[in-house]
Amino acid sequence: MSEVAVATSGLTKRFGHQVAVDSLDLLVPTGSVYGFLGPNGSGKTTTIRMLLGLVRPTSGSVELLGRAMPADGPDVLARVGSLVEGPAFHPYLTGRDNLVRLESADRTTDPRTARARIDGALDRVGLLVAATKRYRAYSLGMRQRLAIASALLRHRDLLVLDEPTNGLDPQGTREVRTLVGSLADEGATVLVSSHLLSEVEQMCSHLGVMHAGQLVAQGTSAEVRAGTEAQAVLETDQPQEAARIMRELGLTEVRTSHISATGKLGRISPDKIVAACVHQGVPVLGFRVGAPSLEDVFVSLTGEGFDVSG
Amino acid sequence: MSVADQVVVHRTRRLSTRFLRSELRLIFGRRRNLGGMLVLASVPVLISVAVKVSSPGRGGDGPDFFSSITDNGLFVALASLTIELGLFLPLAVAAISGDSIAGEANIGTLRYLLAVPVQRARLLAVKYLAIVIFSLAATLTVTLTGIVMGLALFGGGDMTLLSGSQIGFGAGLLRVMAASLYLAVCFASLGAVGLFVSTLTEQPIGAMITVVIFSTASFIADTIPQISWLHPFLITHHWLAFGDLLRSPIAWDGVQQGLYVALAYVVVFWFSGWARFAGKDVTS
Repeated sequence: MSEVAVATSGLTKRFGHQVAVDSLDLLVPTGSVYGFLGPNGSGKTTTIRMLLGLVRPTSGSVELLGRAMPADGPDVLARVGSLVEGPAFHPYLTGRDNLVRLESADRTTDPRTARARIDGALDRVGLLVAATKRYRAYSLGMRQRLAIASALLRHRDLLVLDEPTNGLDPQGTREVRTLVGSLADEGATVLVSSHLLSEVEQMCSHLGVMHAGQLVAQGTSAEVRAGTEAQAVLETDQPQEAARIMRELGLTEVRTSHISATGKLGRISPDKIVAACVHQGVPVLGFRVGAPSLEDVFVSLTGEGFDVSG
Repeated sequence: MSVADQVVVHRTRRLSTRFLRSELRLIFGRRRNLGGMLVLASVPVLISVAVKVSSPGRGGDGPDFFSSITDNGLFVALASLTIELGLFLPLAVAAISGDSIAGEANIGTLRYLLAVPVQRARLLAVKYLAIVIFSLAATLTVTLTGIVMGLALFGGGDMTLLSGSQIGFGAGLLRVMAASLYLAVCFASLGAVGLFVSTLTEQPIGAMITVVIFSTASFIADTIPQISWLHPFLITHHWLAFGDLLRSPIAWDGVQQGLYVALAYVVVFWFSGWARFAGKDVTS
């Protein structure tokens, strides 16, 4: 097996004058869980569509599991399970019948094992009890689960999951996280796009960050974070005062929330901040120094406009 | 280990009808389509009952089958086909063929089918085969309902053809079926136009309307003598030639040309659809 599950080279897509994806060099190592991040409209879904051969690149190339797309699509796509831009099924068919339809379109599987594989996939996403309900009666969360089940109808070497936790409740979100973990344990490479940064942070070994059609950062989670400086977070009931003190001490990019002030340390010694605050009568309820959260990395890479929820 | 790991992958590309059967279940399992076929079947019922309770009159521009209904029930089927080929049957075929690709694109299932993967040429081939089968089913719905109603209300027996000569009931039944098959082929060629239009849009209703306009415009153009040079090339021009199969001897000319025209439309529009769809960006 190739060491790289997904590789694109100079991948570009123009829609008219608008550049949706701009010379992308994506590199997803085999066996990794790759978090594909970026604000809405940054080109993630267009990239995923190009990976799957749904959209033709204006220029550049895509290699999936060592094979060229879209030329080798008929062979290689059977090894790729995908969830693209949300679930889409026939509303008047039941959940199971919708999977039966997708299964019957696959000419490389064994029809004799179809029933067992379909039920297995439904069971894996916890949808077996609702299998005979019509899709139109499904909640958004159930629809999302059915879409994930459709990606698991057979063994996959690569899973491309576009926003898999969209519409799921916290319980369902945890389940998807566990599922992605177990798929990775079974040897599958997982490319997962998400805007729920806290989840991506927990499950991904690698990260790629898109902004305005370009990949602004890529590598292991540690590598992507490495470029950012340590920061100090001081919890207090007077964040504005604390922020003023931080600025006076020379911290940069100081910002506040209603319970804390945060700033980049640079060469400032952290103990000075606490001392200065206490000295000036600003109560210190908590203090920590550490690597910035992924969310902070994100904002520094893509600007403040990121649609962060959670 | 999950069940998914036990899959035996068949590497041989054997011919399988699984996908086609799934497609047919989708078409014939949909309430809207069954309702449509019920409407198709209601016409022969209406005609036979109306003729039974009143005196027969002359109907439509086509072959005069109405006046023969009381002589032989088989003519109910032929009269129904004559009436329905103007709008109802083309509408039914337009609904199915216009929906074929555009419907899947509209609800987004197209991207998941292509990612299975289903090759685009194969998708168009299976979709078209399903349209052909539907055309046949729709036509036979009219024919068989007509035959059953006709035989029940007017009886069968020897058939007096339009040319005046008589043939036995079996031979008559055979000719009615042949006429239906011919019309099914004609409607299937309209279905190829529908398949092509369906690759152009994500709005199935728009595709359906376009196909109905296409067949209606063809009927209209066929009535304008100033453009008679165009008539032989119109998709609907030879449809009424199915009546020639009810003459003795059978006048094959019209039917033969009708089949050529139908075949030409199928080839041109299927490949146009393929040319359009093969490299199209699927962004729905």
